[in-house]
Amino acid sequence: MVTPLLLAQLGLTLFVFVMLLNSAALMVYFERKLAAFLQQRVGPYLVGPRGLLQPLADVVKLMFKEELRPRAADPLLFAIAPIISATAAFAAFAVVPFGAETTLFGLLREPLRLQVADVNVAMLVVFAIASMSVYGIVLAGWSSNSKYSLLGGLRSSAQMISYELSYGLALASVLLLGNSLSLTDIVNRQAGTWGGVLPRWFVFLQPIGFLIYMTAGIAETNRAPFDFPEAEQELVAGYHTEYSSMSFAMFFLAEYINMVTVSAVATDLFLGGWHGPFLPASLGWIWFLVKVAAILFVYIWIRWTLPRYRYDQLMHFGWKVLLPAAVVNLLATAAGVLYFGG
Amino acid sequence: MALFYVFGAIAVVASLLVIAQHNPVYSVLLLIASFGALSGLYVLLDAPFVAVIQIIIYAGAIMVLFLFVVMLLNAPREETEEDLARGLATLAAPRVRTVGAALAAALAVELSWALTKSGGESGSFPGGSVSSVAAIGRLLYTDYAFAFEVTSVLILVALLGAVVLARREAR
Repeated sequence: MVTPLLLAQLGLTLFVFVMLLNSAALMVYFERKLAAFLQQRVGPYLVGPRGLLQPLADVVKLMFKEELRPRAADPLLFAIAPIISATAAFAAFAVVPFGAETTLFGLLREPLRLQVADVNVAMLVVFAIASMSVYGIVLAGWSSNSKYSLLGGLRSSAQMISYELSYGLALASVLLLGNSLSLTDIVNRQAGTWGGVLPRWFVFLQPIGFLIYMTAGIAETNRAPFDFPEAEQELVAGYHTEYSSMSFAMFFLAEYINMVTVSAVATDLFLGGWHGPFLPASLGWIWFLVKVAAILFVYIWIRWTLPRYRYDQLMHFGWKVLLPAAVVNLLATAAGVLYFGG
Repeated sequence: MALFYVFGAIAVVASLLVIAQHNPVYSVLLLIASFGALSGLYVLLDAPFVAVIQIIIYAGAIMVLFLFVVMLLNAPREETEEDLARGLATLAAPRVRTVGAALAAALAVELSWALTKSGGESGSFPGGSVSSVAAIGRLLYTDYAFAFEVTSVLILVALLGAVVLARREAR
């Protein structure tokens, strides 16, 4: 049964897919431009107006590179690993809502949800897919049969497993406040303001939870200052040392899409999603984009400001600082919710 | 129903392939695939919470540790003729055979008891009660509180055991 709603949903899915690809390309451009700005350089400026077409040129270049595979590599797993990484990156965004229900200016009779898949355990799905994305990196490291790749893969997965706990606990404290596992419900609980001034965003109730989530999010996406898997001086390029051409591009793509997803989930959980002043509900997605862009900017800002930590510092911080803080935060939230009745 | 057979077939075939691999890393990956298919079956049973938990706990957390162990120990491939011969010789020993036969018999009895006694559950679960996380939590902390606590103590004991085993002897 093909209804207009179904067609609209299919269109939306395709749209989100293309937009995620675009966002990765744009992120690469902005990252380079911002890095250049922070280091008082110009950055890419030759290809297209203000260097805007640089990502496109990079993609074309990568496509025409030779696809190399070390002789000692495991051929099947070597080919599958980047696919797992990229698939997990795309899949996680599927459950992220990014706008209120819309009828596309009256085109549809039933309202369309701006979300690829409306799952009532969306929060856990995000978490589950994050835990599956470890496999792409571990397998890439192992199947390359190179010591740098293996060490990079092991480091990265140890890091992801360590920070996943704090990440999960930060999610759990929002879950207590939102009283739901559905991201849409959680966003809708953040509508309105306190006293007409302060928006009812969970970041104001959960400042520590937000900081823990963002820190763990950076570690989960292997970004600086936690980018140990690719610490050049120690590990060449880490788990993707042996990858070239489009298989390398897939890891690259996955990293940027994961950043976008982490920021989008943070927006939904802590920053009130598409709720904001001045704009009507149907244009809420503009607020959503603004908030995601702000978080992504902070991401890049942090990367080019902070130096990389040492690996033992990372583990110490993850297990002995972040995890206890997350546990205490969760308990305090639970107590608060019980006392004030949510 | 078609989806049920698809997921079921993936689960069964992947599980069979797990023990048919020479390379332990492939076995681990196939086991993950099998867990994924099981999770699909839970979704079909209208239990998305259980499905996602299956992925997070089994496919995510536990299998990553399996993969780590297999990769770090660099478990050798069983491929030489001697390996196979030795394996077959071990299997052929009379004591091993007796134990194996006893286990198989016990499994057969259990399965037939379980299948005949309850008549098997048919149809899907009452969706609302299973998919609702609140309902699962309430059941865990009331009706099944004892089993829940015993399990957690068991895990704690395993954890302490691992720490004791891994600790170096002080001179």
